Amino acid sequence: MADSAPLICKDIHKTFDQLEVLKGISLETKKGDVVSLIGSSGSGKSTFLRCVNMLETPTSGDIIVHGDPIRFTTNRKGERIPADNKQVELIRARLSMVFQSFNLWSHMTVLENIIEAPVHVLKVPKKEAIERAEAYLNKVGIYERKDYYPAQMSGGQQQRAAIARALAMEPEVMLFDEPTSALDPELVGEVLRVMQNLAEEGRTMIVVTHEMSFARDVSSQVLFLHQGVIEEQGTPDKVFDNPDSERMKQFLAPNF
Amino acid sequence: MIDLKGYGPALLDGAVVTIELAFLSLALALVLGLIGASAKLSKSRAAIGIATTYTTLIRGVPDLVMMLLFYYGGQVAVNNLSDYLYNAYGVDFFFQFDPFISGVITIGLIFGAYMAETFRGAFLAVDSGQIEAARAYGFSRWRTFHRIILPQMLRHALPGIGNNWQVLLKTTALVSIIGLTDMVRVAEEAAKAERMPFHFFIPVAFVYLSLTAGSELFIKWLNKRANVGVVQGS
Repeated sequence: MADSAPLICKDIHKTFDQLEVLKGISLETKKGDVVSLIGSSGSGKSTFLRCVNMLETPTSGDIIVHGDPIRFTTNRKGERIPADNKQVELIRARLSMVFQSFNLWSHMTVLENIIEAPVHVLKVPKKEAIERAEAYLNKVGIYERKDYYPAQMSGGQQQRAAIARALAMEPEVMLFDEPTSALDPELVGEVLRVMQNLAEEGRTMIVVTHEMSFARDVSSQVLFLHQGVIEEQGTPDKVFDNPDSERMKQFLAPNF
Repeated sequence: MIDLKGYGPALLDGAVVTIELAFLSLALALVLGLIGASAKLSKSRAAIGIATTYTTLIRGVPDLVMMLLFYYGGQVAVNNLSDYLYNAYGVDFFFQFDPFISGVITIGLIFGAYMAETFRGAFLAVDSGQIEAARAYGFSRWRTFHRIILPQMLRHALPGIGNNWQVLLKTTALVSIIGLTDMVRVAEEAAKAERMPFHFFIPVAFVYLSLTAGSELFIKWLNKRANVGVVQGS
């Protein structure tokens, strides 16, 4: 168990109505891996990430979190659904997510946002949760904003607060869904630096991103998705400098 | 001081009835409104159908007609049911429709329908990302509802609730028709007996006005509380 991979996805398929968005994506992570998912819009990378923590239920395929496979069943309409919602909730608590549009809870202060899930989902004593939250706020550099409401902060600060919220769960794997895509260009750097620090600490991360320099410099594994399949996969050096796939070459070629 | 030709104490009692009636009806309306809105937003066709029938019916029929129907019709229904149960099964079951209870039920039912529409809009106004974040952090459905959706929904619902409440408060005056001795009923009798309508109706109007003005301040305060964390446009 201690040595088992933090996250394994086997042959994930996802179909919306008639449209097959994911056509068999597999991924195996080791502890400390930073996996970047790249590809153009509509390639399925965000959908895949949302399948990992069951915000979307995969049409077929398996998700195994630290040796614990998510159990599925089928409902009366023949759709695949999780067999045990409690299990899904527990697994989600171990895979914390950072969203493109931050999604900090707007009626709570930054500190309240960060302690909410640790206190109510993980049942961490409140005092300990606050200490933990303050440590993570320091780490992401916005400790002095802890009593602000999300709407009173810049996008970059909100996203750093959201990263602190994710860290406070002390998750097995952190999932980032285009964490810098909603930010003004001058705010992207502060968020990427925080993420780079996390990568250097050895946290396991899966990052859907359009930031090619981040994917190239920080990740240990890069997946290039195109139309729901993995077109190219490997180390950043391999994927960026020596890709086999024509699509990947086109994707990297300057457009203007 | 407020003797009002000896009717002062009776008017005061009437005012208390009005306030009790208003608050109990409000409580019922809020509960029905939440249930109605949840039903309308559910996936169950039956629930949507029932809730839609309820709101359409109630909002389309005058309040006074509803009240008369409920009070007189309700009693006839109870009488019939009572006769039937006694003759068929020998069960002795009967109760008298009390004007106060009928008033609470009717007003609660009417405003439940309006509240349902208010709540429905407010639920839909909650940003889906907020709910998704709760799910992604392992919240159960119930915890998502009461920690995230409910407080955020209230922001959007409060102005509508406040509006409904003011109309509800004034609608309580209708129960004097079915014989409840609320403030309006006492004033009406006093005004007839003394032939002094201004003398009695103006104080009544003033009581309603101070109640609505007071609630407006309270709702303003609630609104401010519910909107913490929202940056207001200037």
